[in-house]
Amino acid sequence: MAFGRPLLRTSYAEDAAILPTWSQRGALGVAGFALALAALGVPFFEAIPAFLLGGTWLTPFNTMLVFAVAALGINILVGVTGQVSLGHSFFMGVGAYAAVLLGGDGRGGAACIPFHEQLGLLENTTRCGLGLPIWIWLPASGIAAALVGILVSPAAVRVRGLYLAIVTVGLVFIGRHLGNMLPEYAGDAESGRRWPPLEFRWWRRTDDSGDAFITFDEKGAWFSWIPGTDGITLSDDQKAFFFYLFVVIVATVLAKNLMRSRTGRALQAIRDRDVAAEVMGVPEREYKRLGFALSSAYAGVGGALLAVNLARVGPPEWSLFLAVDFIAILLIGGAGTIAGTLMGTFFVRLLPKMVERFTEKNADLAEGDGPVSTIASLLLTDGSRSDFGPIATSAQATGWPLPVALWNFVIFGVLIVVFLIAEPLGLFGIWLRIRNYWKGWPFSY
Amino acid sequence: MSNQGTIGGPLLEVEDITLRFGGVTAIDGVSFHVNPGELFAIIGPNGAGKTSVFNSISQVYRPQEGDIRYKGESIMGKRPDAVARLGIARTFQNIALFGQMTVIDNILTGRHIQMHESWFAGMKWFGAAKKEEMANRARVEDIIDFLEIQAWRKYPVALLPYGIQKRVELGRALAMDPDLLLLDEPVAGMNLEETEDMARFILDIRSELGISMILVEHDMGLVMDIADRILVVDFGKPIGTGYPDEVQANPDVIAAYLGEDFSADAGSAAGF
Repeated sequence: MAFGRPLLRTSYAEDAAILPTWSQRGALGVAGFALALAALGVPFFEAIPAFLLGGTWLTPFNTMLVFAVAALGINILVGVTGQVSLGHSFFMGVGAYAAVLLGGDGRGGAACIPFHEQLGLLENTTRCGLGLPIWIWLPASGIAAALVGILVSPAAVRVRGLYLAIVTVGLVFIGRHLGNMLPEYAGDAESGRRWPPLEFRWWRRTDDSGDAFITFDEKGAWFSWIPGTDGITLSDDQKAFFFYLFVVIVATVLAKNLMRSRTGRALQAIRDRDVAAEVMGVPEREYKRLGFALSSAYAGVGGALLAVNLARVGPPEWSLFLAVDFIAILLIGGAGTIAGTLMGTFFVRLLPKMVERFTEKNADLAEGDGPVSTIASLLLTDGSRSDFGPIATSAQATGWPLPVALWNFVIFGVLIVVFLIAEPLGLFGIWLRIRNYWKGWPFSY
Repeated sequence: MSNQGTIGGPLLEVEDITLRFGGVTAIDGVSFHVNPGELFAIIGPNGAGKTSVFNSISQVYRPQEGDIRYKGESIMGKRPDAVARLGIARTFQNIALFGQMTVIDNILTGRHIQMHESWFAGMKWFGAAKKEEMANRARVEDIIDFLEIQAWRKYPVALLPYGIQKRVELGRALAMDPDLLLLDEPVAGMNLEETEDMARFILDIRSELGISMILVEHDMGLVMDIADRILVVDFGKPIGTGYPDEVQANPDVIAAYLGEDFSADAGSAAGF
């Protein structure tokens, strides 16, 4: 334990540690603690996220955490194993539907009537679901997606590059078609169906009041059993935050362990030089299949949690756009690195929210005087002919000027191109540069 | 490493293999054998099929005819990773390292067949997987010491100079604990000093680790100095085999390398 000398390592275990230096452990610990306090609504800590994302910042933040789980999955397949996949949203959908079929509320007797008997009577039937608790449906969503991944792998491991991308795009469309064909399971395209709540029960729900011993899904008090207190009253977002954060931490540690062990190296070897990997004794197809299965398992869990997070989801959610989002996360964050994947998720999910928020804020700013207002009024326009500017504030605006949501698309398109050309390691590469600069400071190397 | 079943017999026997790509015959009836502990060299002009012989032994290519036996057992039709598990390691002519991985990770990947923990144990990390990682990491340090590449341990290999990359690739092959090592042009593009270093490593591998080797190389000085026996191929056909001095005196070999003697009838046949 060389406390003051972070680069002096005295054992192989220290060298292989996930967070090898005390400064890393400390920084992450402090950041995590501050985040937890912010989520609990402690005024000082909440100020920054509330300023950037608005008072309800936990809602987009929770969605971001759920995306991080699935993003760690696509990193295993695309970043680590080097197999380009555009089918991630399909596997997320598989996981989500596994979750809702096992965990969804199926009371009412009419559940799970075969499709052909229900034609024309869809409005009258209860959606299919077994009502099992979360400790069954959450792991099962990962396992189901992994099994489907193994099922399609015979086709997928035989092709690479662009051809694999096309095969996986095909999966997304097959999934959409199945979803549309089976509305009693998938929910219909407009209204979707309800996903099970985030609550821990021993077994199936038996009455309307619910018999969960802990719930993340409703506003209420935690720790009220401590004598002499009323516990802490938390909102559903606050509770869900802690659950998602726990899942993200577990998923990150597992992915990191995979990367630093024998299997992870074999996957990376296939990415870098597949023939050399085989000659080193790595059975290429078996390991590609494993990469597919593990990536799909992450996608399944991420998809199930995303559906739970959004509460009501239909088949159109699992679209090609969702899959492309994950490719953007990888390219912007840094493919093949865990830290980069998490940074990419943060950036891709939360930056648009920040842009939207500041456009709203600045619509008011543009009314005032001073330099800030001048810039704001130059950028923003309400769409009338006399008011020029690239960003439309009114929801009805069509064509030029573009509304904020479309500007976000443009920004991400440009960012992907810029990162591909200038910084292939993405945000993680930028972080490495900064770190190495300060490591050597004041010398240049 | 054990060598039962063929005590006294050759380690590798290549028998009359023929490899065709469509109408092109890359290897045409090549036969040779390598004895335990031997340093065997394959030489020949560019495009003679030397690397194709290597690719056939590691079953990256599948020869249409002939047989390849390793320790008395045919390896024809096995997958490349199965061949590797039998104890055949190799390096590549155009370095095939895992570019984004560090030197340590590259050599640890060479330990793949010596390690056995599953993906599940790996994701759990603590326990068996960690123990195995640490033990193999110690083995990797031995190889790093042996090849004198300590200074480059933590670098991604794509950033390293060419000569060092060649050494790392040799280390990755050694990490497999092979009985037979195929070296494809280990000193190509190296200056005299680097060549001498590499020759030293090759001789050390044989004397200290007792690994048999097949060497493909264009540097005739190196081949004639260190090889026990030599096979010469030209246009996929074997044109001579034997000890270095025999091969040097072989008229077919001289013709393949330096051209036909411009004798009277050869000249008239060419129309002069």
